[in-house]
Amino acid sequence: MSQSFDSTAIHQAILEQQKADGRKKMLLNAVLVLLLVAAPFVLYPVFLMKILCFALFAVAFNLLFGFTGLLSFGHAAFLATGGYTTGYLLTNLSWLSTELGIMAGTGVATLLGLAFALLSIRRQGIYFAMVTLALAQLVFFFFVQSEFTGGEDGMHGIPRGHLLGMIDLSNNFNMYYFVLAVFLGCYLLVQRIVSSPYGQVLKSIKQNEPRAVSLGYNVNRYKVLAFVISAALAGLAGSMKSVVFQLASLNDAHWHMSGEVILMTLVGGMGTLLGPVVGATFVVNVEYHLSQGALRDWVDPILGGIFILVVLAFRSGFVGELQKFFKKNLG
Amino acid sequence: MSMIFGVPLAVLSGQLLIGVINGAFYALLSLGLAVIFGLLKIINFAHGAMYMLGAMVTVIMFDVMGVNYWVALFMAPLLVGAVGVLIEYFLLRRIAGQDHIYSLLLTFGIALLMQGVLTNIYGVSGMRYSMPDLFKGGINLGFMFLPYYRAWVIGIALVVCFGTWFMIEKTKLGAYLRAGTEDAQLMQGFGINVPLLISLTYGFGVALAAFAGVLAAPIYSVTPVMGSHILITVFAVVVIGGMGSIGGAIITGILMGVVEGLTKTFYPPASSAVIFLVMVVVLMFRPAGLFGKEA
Repeated sequence: MSQSFDSTAIHQAILEQQKADGRKKMLLNAVLVLLLVAAPFVLYPVFLMKILCFALFAVAFNLLFGFTGLLSFGHAAFLATGGYTTGYLLTNLSWLSTELGIMAGTGVATLLGLAFALLSIRRQGIYFAMVTLALAQLVFFFFVQSEFTGGEDGMHGIPRGHLLGMIDLSNNFNMYYFVLAVFLGCYLLVQRIVSSPYGQVLKSIKQNEPRAVSLGYNVNRYKVLAFVISAALAGLAGSMKSVVFQLASLNDAHWHMSGEVILMTLVGGMGTLLGPVVGATFVVNVEYHLSQGALRDWVDPILGGIFILVVLAFRSGFVGELQKFFKKNLG
Repeated sequence: MSMIFGVPLAVLSGQLLIGVINGAFYALLSLGLAVIFGLLKIINFAHGAMYMLGAMVTVIMFDVMGVNYWVALFMAPLLVGAVGVLIEYFLLRRIAGQDHIYSLLLTFGIALLMQGVLTNIYGVSGMRYSMPDLFKGGINLGFMFLPYYRAWVIGIALVVCFGTWFMIEKTKLGAYLRAGTEDAQLMQGFGINVPLLISLTYGFGVALAAFAGVLAAPIYSVTPVMGSHILITVFAVVVIGGMGSIGGAIITGILMGVVEGLTKTFYPPASSAVIFLVMVVVLMFRPAGLFGKEA
């Protein structure tokens, strides 16, 4: 074996390839952003905002599930906490401008996320899922029994108010671009986190936790931080959702919602950046179109059926399968 | 009237009785979860749905064919157990080699599907099921009134729990099960049909849930959503007890029922949350659970 490789040339080629891939990705992202900017001229803005809020929720969940490998069955708690907090503050403090209300909701959800993380991190794997589910149920009971949430009726008539005290958010277009800006900001943040050294450690925890421990990483600290960031973004999604719909209800706190965000992430492609967005778009559309037609009573069982199908035959989700396809045929 | 901590004795003992009964259900359900977990290493999110199915089958068999309680007590677990075997054979087995998270999600999807379909057919308002005549009435113990049916539930639940414990810890079949928990591949090498054992284990665990469902039919309101609520509580019970031992699952279940009953007597608003609060405390001070073996 006297054959030797010119390692610098190979390295160069890989870099070139990466650059080309990066350019392609940038182009794709630019097209998507343009589509999102133009969308409210074609489609109903409130529906689009619903998709964006759930997409953010799923992106947040995916940071924990898809990239760190922690299955939280309690993410509804953060969505609801963000929504109720923001709704309560905006309803009762008329001087509060909307972005402060949303920040406060996000803040409370973040703190709750820290509490969840510190408790649930003490158990692993399957127990982790059960602990988060049980903690979320505790939060659900709290919201059911509290006066300020309006119990089964929910919290209605939350004022949309003004952004920075100036921009009128009761205009759907203004509201839409605000939600879009927040969504894109969070998406970029998650993208940055995932590609950072910190994100690499998260992925290594997912792939082989004992190895990450043996390399000297304080795994629990990484996990807690990932959980807290995820909870914060989920809370932000809930806060925005309550402003968009001017409503916060028990539906958001129910375990059903925790299941739905898992489904969104799974259908779209867990562990991919775009997957949760695609998945949220898909699930929200399925729910909407089913609820309009003859199958309106069958939304739940159909979602359950999709769940089963995806787990059995489609585990990489839309985006994951597409990536596989391109790798096989173009790489 | 004698009082204890400002509460009439009759009220206290009444709540305690309800607590023990709820505890018996928690014990039966967490027992089934523990049996399934032992061999399949998955948490069966469809367990609540199977409990619900057991109760629904009981009511439906009575309404349609006039099948009485005693027959249902055998038929419902058998039927639901058979459904469980089919689910294991056709669905769970296909992803057995994958991450356990997938089988957990699969059982969650099954639960959603079953609950959704039955809700559409039967609605969410409770179905009535009258208990057999034999159990009507009760006995006055002096300090409290004990309905016969409640006594029967506690008695039979304890018998079934003990029987399961005996089977797993003391019989040859149980030895296979425990060996499979340790090393399924090695056992396969000894010529034991492990896939069959896994199917039957899942079916048996699910049948236990259905048995609890039959017991529940005359006293709880039978609806398609009855399973999801109790399942989350049972998860908290499992986290508190740990799934390391069969006996631990039984004791923790009954204990948590009693704790819930006591809370209902002394501070009713917290009664639905108390088990979850206990879970939080256990996680803080004894993260492996009361009977847990894992670190």
